[in-house]
Amino acid sequence: MYKIAAMGDKDSIYGFSSIGLEILPVTEPREAVRELRRMSEEDYAVVFLTESLAALLGSELDRYRERAVPAVILIPGVTGNTGEGLRSISRSVEQAVGSDILK
Amino acid sequence: MAVMNVNPTRMELTNLKRKLVTARRGHKLLKDKRDELMRRFLELVRENKALRLKVEAGIKQANAHMALARSVMSDEALSVALMMPAQKMELDVEEKNIMSVIVPQFHAKVKAAKDGEIYSYGYAFTSCDLDDAVLALSDIMPDLLKLAEIEKTCQLLASEIEKTRRRVNALEHVMIPQYEDTIKYITMKLDEAERSSTTRLMKVKDMMLQEAHHYQ
Repeated sequence: MYKIAAMGDKDSIYGFSSIGLEILPVTEPREAVRELRRMSEEDYAVVFLTESLAALLGSELDRYRERAVPAVILIPGVTGNTGEGLRSISRSVEQAVGSDILK
Repeated sequence: MAVMNVNPTRMELTNLKRKLVTARRGHKLLKDKRDELMRRFLELVRENKALRLKVEAGIKQANAHMALARSVMSDEALSVALMMPAQKMELDVEEKNIMSVIVPQFHAKVKAAKDGEIYSYGYAFTSCDLDDAVLALSDIMPDLLKLAEIEKTCQLLASEIEKTRRRVNALEHVMIPQYEDTIKYITMKLDEAERSSTTRLMKVKDMMLQEAHHYQ
């Protein structure tokens, strides 16, 4: 059985605990990197990560792009939508096609 | 002309011809693979984008309710209300094969004390906005998991397409021209050697005839 986790600032992810997700209130990039690495070795299939925290992690997230699990999925936090999630889709399109044709 | 560093012999020529046939077949297959991957990818990525917009709108709504709840409830009260979740969500991960790319498929398994119970608190000390927030999140959850699945699939397909495209290009623009040029080079070399041996034989014949019959 695989687990699902939500990581980010406390306010953004608190609600997820009520529907049975594991929540990891993390705001420090270094701690986030450590938690991500731990989760990639354990049985976590999906990690929801707030966009604001993801912005601090830089290229660390690219490590998980080519692996089947965990799927690191960006979600908007309470501070608002930064559009990082949509940009990550554009990145996939660019990688596959050569330029973003869905604009 | 990109001629490989080989000896111009008949054996090399046969080998190269065989390699060229293999390279052409591989190129055709990989090109087909790339086209089909691309078709699937574009379908999925459109779905991905639509789903993401929907999910982000849902989360925004849940966050708005959460912010309201937070404003009317104390931090401790909120922590206590959400401390013991009424359900636990786990995932069954299946593997699916799309053109030999292994992609995960998520099936949620919800373990709840009572069926359909998502509120982990009595309603006495909590704001109704918290109920709305929890309900909004719980409604969006299936879509969120679907999004995770599709987004992961897109990422995996994208990297496979990139790899396949590189292989196709390498075969098309490097390997195949190189084989063709080398085959041409060896053929010409061999033909030249044959012509030179023919002329030498004719010359030798002339010399022998002259010696025997004093022909001029």
